[in-house]
Amino acid sequence: MKKFARVFLTLVCVLLFTAAAGAETIKLGFNIPMTGDIPKVGEMAKQSAEMLKEQVNAKGGLDVGGKKYQLEFVYVDNETKPESAVNAALKLIEGEKVLAMVGPMGSGRAVPAGEVANNLKTVMLAPWSTNPKTTLDRPYVFRACFLDDFQGPVAAKFATNQLKAKTAAVLFDVAQDYSKGLSEFFKKSFEELHGAGAVVAYETFTTKDVDFSAQLTKIIKAKPDVLFTPQYYNEVPLIVRQARELGFKGPILGSDSWGSAELMGLCGDDCKGQYFVTHYAAAGAKGATKEFIDNFNAKYGQIPDDVGALTWDATNMALAAIQKMGALSGDLAKDRDALRAALASMSGFEGITGTMSYDGKSGDPSKCAVIVKINDAGEFTFHETVCP
Amino acid sequence: MLETFIQQGINALQLGSYYSLIALGYCLVYGVLLLINFAHGDIFMVGAYIAFFCATALMGKYGVLDAGMSGWIVLALTVPLTMLLTSGVGVFIERVAYRPLRLKGANRLYVVITALMMGIVLEYGNLAMLGATRKSFPTLVPRAIFEIGGATVTSLKLAAIFTSFAVFGLLQWIVTRTKIGMAMRAVSFDKFAVPLMGIPLDIVIIFTFFLGSSMAGLAGLLYAMNFPVLDPFMGALVGWKAFIAAVVGGIGDIRGAFIGGFLLAFLEVAVAATFSSELRDLISFTILLGILSWKPTGLFGKPRTTKI
Amino acid sequence: MLLGLVAMTQTGLLGQYAQTFLCTMGIYMILAASLNLVNGYMGEFSCGHAGFMAVGAYTASIVGVILFVGDEHFGPALLPMSLAPLAFPLILATGFAAAALVGLLVAIPSFKTRGDYLAVITLAAGYIVKSALENIEVVGGPRGFMGMKKVVLAIEESFTVPWMLVWIFIGVVLTVWLLRRFVYSTYGKGVMAIHQDEVAAEIMSVNTNHMKLVAFMLSSGLAGLAGGLYAYLIGFVNPASFTILRSTECLVMVYLGGMGSLTGSILAAGIFTILLEFLKPLEQLKWVAIPMLLIVLMQFRPEGLMGNRELSDIFPKLKRFYRFK
Repeated sequence: MKKFARVFLTLVCVLLFTAAAGAETIKLGFNIPMTGDIPKVGEMAKQSAEMLKEQVNAKGGLDVGGKKYQLEFVYVDNETKPESAVNAALKLIEGEKVLAMVGPMGSGRAVPAGEVANNLKTVMLAPWSTNPKTTLDRPYVFRACFLDDFQGPVAAKFATNQLKAKTAAVLFDVAQDYSKGLSEFFKKSFEELHGAGAVVAYETFTTKDVDFSAQLTKIIKAKPDVLFTPQYYNEVPLIVRQARELGFKGPILGSDSWGSAELMGLCGDDCKGQYFVTHYAAAGAKGATKEFIDNFNAKYGQIPDDVGALTWDATNMALAAIQKMGALSGDLAKDRDALRAALASMSGFEGITGTMSYDGKSGDPSKCAVIVKINDAGEFTFHETVCP
Repeated sequence: MLETFIQQGINALQLGSYYSLIALGYCLVYGVLLLINFAHGDIFMVGAYIAFFCATALMGKYGVLDAGMSGWIVLALTVPLTMLLTSGVGVFIERVAYRPLRLKGANRLYVVITALMMGIVLEYGNLAMLGATRKSFPTLVPRAIFEIGGATVTSLKLAAIFTSFAVFGLLQWIVTRTKIGMAMRAVSFDKFAVPLMGIPLDIVIIFTFFLGSSMAGLAGLLYAMNFPVLDPFMGALVGWKAFIAAVVGGIGDIRGAFIGGFLLAFLEVAVAATFSSELRDLISFTILLGILSWKPTGLFGKPRTTKI
Repeated sequence: MLLGLVAMTQTGLLGQYAQTFLCTMGIYMILAASLNLVNGYMGEFSCGHAGFMAVGAYTASIVGVILFVGDEHFGPALLPMSLAPLAFPLILATGFAAAALVGLLVAIPSFKTRGDYLAVITLAAGYIVKSALENIEVVGGPRGFMGMKKVVLAIEESFTVPWMLVWIFIGVVLTVWLLRRFVYSTYGKGVMAIHQDEVAAEIMSVNTNHMKLVAFMLSSGLAGLAGGLYAYLIGFVNPASFTILRSTECLVMVYLGGMGSLTGSILAAGIFTILLEFLKPLEQLKWVAIPMLLIVLMQFRPEGLMGNRELSDIFPKLKRFYRFK
C-alpha cells in the first residue's frame, strides 16, 4: 500500500510538471499507424509532418499574432486498430494536451477517434479518411480529402466508360468502415448506371484474412467484367495474385487505399496495368506540388504518396488556422474552441493536393479525384482528373 | 456446380494441411508431456520467418552466398534448413522454459501459463526486432496452374496437400514402428515409470519437441510460399484454431489431430462459401464446441480416468 | 478515500489523464478479482474472461443508447437525459446480468470436463462471443459501437464531479465486498473445496455443479460490470478490444497476484496498470517484458505475490476495521 502511494505521488508530480512546462511551443498530436497492418502509411505521414516542422522551425517558428512559437509534434502509434486509435486520441488530448490532432489516417480508426475528439472538444483533422461518418455531426472534426460518396460513383463511372464494364464484382473487408462504406457507394452507383443486379458478386472477408480462394471462386463463377477491391497495400497483392491464379483475366479496379509507395514492392507484376482512384499523382505534378515532391525525395529518397501529400496539406491547414486565431490565450479549452472556429471558416486554402474550403456547416472540403494507372514499369501514372 | 464443389474442396484441403501440420505438433507434445504448448502457433510463425531469411540469404540478398542458384535448389535447401532451425527454437524453449519447471515438479498450470507467455514473447519480440513492415516471401519456383475437373489449382497448393499427408504418414510410421516412437507412447502412458525402465526421458522429450517444431516450421514455409506476406501475428490465430482442431480430433492421438485439422478447414470453407465469411469463425467454433460437448475427449481421444 | 479523490479532481490536482489512468486501474481490479474467483479460488483454468467483459460492455452501451441517445439503428431516445444519473447504475446492472447469463451458458458444458478441456471451452466461448459481435450489424459489427459516452457527458454537465471515477470506485468496492462475503460464507466455502478435491467435495454434500454455476455466473457478471464501465469510460467498443490478449492480461494479473488472494489480485491489477503506463516508452517491447516477468515469476515464485493470503493475514491488526463472519 505504501509503495502504491509513493508511485502514485510521483505520477501526480510528473503530470503537474509537464503541465507547467512547454509554454512557448505549439503542440500538435499525430495519431498514426506506425505498426500493425499498414505501417507504411504512418511512416509517410510522419515523414511529411517532420519535414514541415523542420521547415517552419528553421524560420524561427510559427508566427501567431506577432509572436513566434516553435512547433512540437507528438506522434502516437494507433497500431492500425480502432481501439488503439481511441486510446491514442485520449493520450494526445488528455495526456499530451495537444492543441489539435492530425489523423488517424484510415477511416476505420478515424471514425472512433473522431468521436473521442468531438466529445473532448478538440479539433481533429483527418487527412486521408474518406468515410462520411468521420465528420458527420461532429463540429470539431474536419478532413482534407474527398469523401466516399464521391469516390464510389467516380470508380463506377470509370469502370463503365473506360473499362467498358457492364457487370462488376466487389471483394472487400467487411470489418473496416472504409472498405464497407466505399463498396456500398460503388454498388449503389454501378447499379444506378447498369440496373439492379449489375454487381454480380459482392463478396466479403475479414481483416487479416489471407486466403480469398473461396470468395474469388464464387466471383469468377459469376463472370464479372471488372473486379473492384478497395483494400490496403498489404491485402491487394494477395487478392490480385489469387484472382489471377484462379483464372480471372479481367481488369481489377482499386481505390485510394491502393496508393501506397509500398504497393508495387509487395505486388510485383500482377498489379501492372491496373487502375485506381486516388488523391494526387506525383508524376506530372507542377508548381508547389512539384516543389513538395522534390523536397521530400531529396530528404527521404522516395516519392511521397497521397498519404504524405495529404498530411502535408492537413498540417499546413491546421497551422494556417492557428495563425488565423490571432493569439494564443494559454487556456487550452479556449484555444481549442477558437481553433475550431478559425478552421470552420477557412476558405480558399491553397494546398498541394488542391484548394480547400470549409463552409462552416461541415468539415468536408470539395476536392477532385485523380485516376492513376500502374504502367508496365510499375509506376503510378496520371490518367485523368474527375471533379465534382 | 460440381466444379465449385471440387474447387472449394481443394481450397479446404489446402487450408487443412496447415492446420493439421500444426495440430500434429500440439498433439505430440500433449501426448508426451500432457502440456498444451500454447507457443506452438508462434513457432509456426517463427518457422515462416526463418524460411524467409534462409531463402533470401541463399538467393544472395545478404551478399554472402551469391551462387546464383536456381529456385529449385534454393527451395530444396531451405526446407531442411527451416525445419532444423525451427526445431532448434522449439527445443530451446523446452530447455529454458519448460524443463526447469518440470524438474521442480511444478503444477501443470504453471507450465501452461509459461507456454502462453512464451508465445506472446515470440510475437512481440519479432515485432520489436524486425519492425512493422511486412516481409514479402520471394517466389522461388514458378507457379504451374493445373485444371482438375474444372477447378484451378496451383502446384504450390498441391505441394502443401501432399506434404501434409506425407508428413502424417511419416509420423505414423515413427510413432508405431520405431523404438523412439514406442518410447514416446510409453511416456504418454506413464511418465514416471519410463526412466525406471532405462529410457532416457529427457531425450524422448527433446525428440518430441524436435519433431513437432520441425513440422511447424515446414508448415510455416509452405504457408509463406502460398501467402507471401508475413507478419508477426500470423501464428496467433492459426495456432489457436489448430489447437482447437486438435482437441476436437482427440488430442492424445495423432490421427485425431490430423483429422481435426482438416475437419476445421472443411467447416471454415463450407461456411465461407455458403454464408458470408464473417460467420465463418462463429459457426466453426460453435460446431466445434458442440462436438466437444457431445464427446468431451474429442473424436478419437480416450477418456482418462483418475484414481481417487 | 473517494472523497479525497473527488476533492483532488476539483482542485485540479488530478488532471484528466490521471483520472483516466485511475479509472483504467479500477476496471482492471474488477477484472482481476472476478477472474480470481474461478481461476484462483476454484482452481479452474478459464481463458475467456474477455468474452464476458464484451457482453457486459455491449449490453450496457446498447441499453444506454436506446434509453438516452438517438441512434440510426435504435431510433430516438426513449427517456430524457435528466434521468441519466439515476438510471446509470441500472444500465450497469443490465451489463452485469447479461454477462452472468452468458457465464451460465459457458458453465454448463464445463460440468463434464476438467482442466485442459475447460480451457478449450472457455477459449472457444471467447472467440464465439467476439465472432457473434462482429456479425451483429446493428451494433456496428467489427467497426465498433459508439455514442454511449454522451450519457456520461450529460451527467457531468448536471453535476460536475468526475463521475466515471466515482462509479468505478464504487464498482471496485462492491466487487471486493461481494467476492469476500461469498468466498468466506458457509455456502461459498464450497468453491475452495472444489479446488482442493472435487470428488471429496461432492461426497461431502457440496453440490459441485451448483457451485460451479454460481461461481461462473458471479465471475462473469462482475466481468460484465467491468466491461460496462470500460465502455462508458472510453466511449467506443469494438469486438477487437476483447480478444485473447485481453483475457491473457486478466490471467497475468490473477497469477501475478496469487491464486486465491483477493488482495493479491487488487495489488497485481494496480501494479500491472502502472507497469503498462511506465513501460509505454518501450512501446512494443513492453509486451515482451510483461510476459517475461510472468515466466520468471512462474520459475521462482509461482504462487504469485500474495500466494493465497490476504492483507489481513499479514497485518492482523487490520481485522479491527472490518468484521466478516
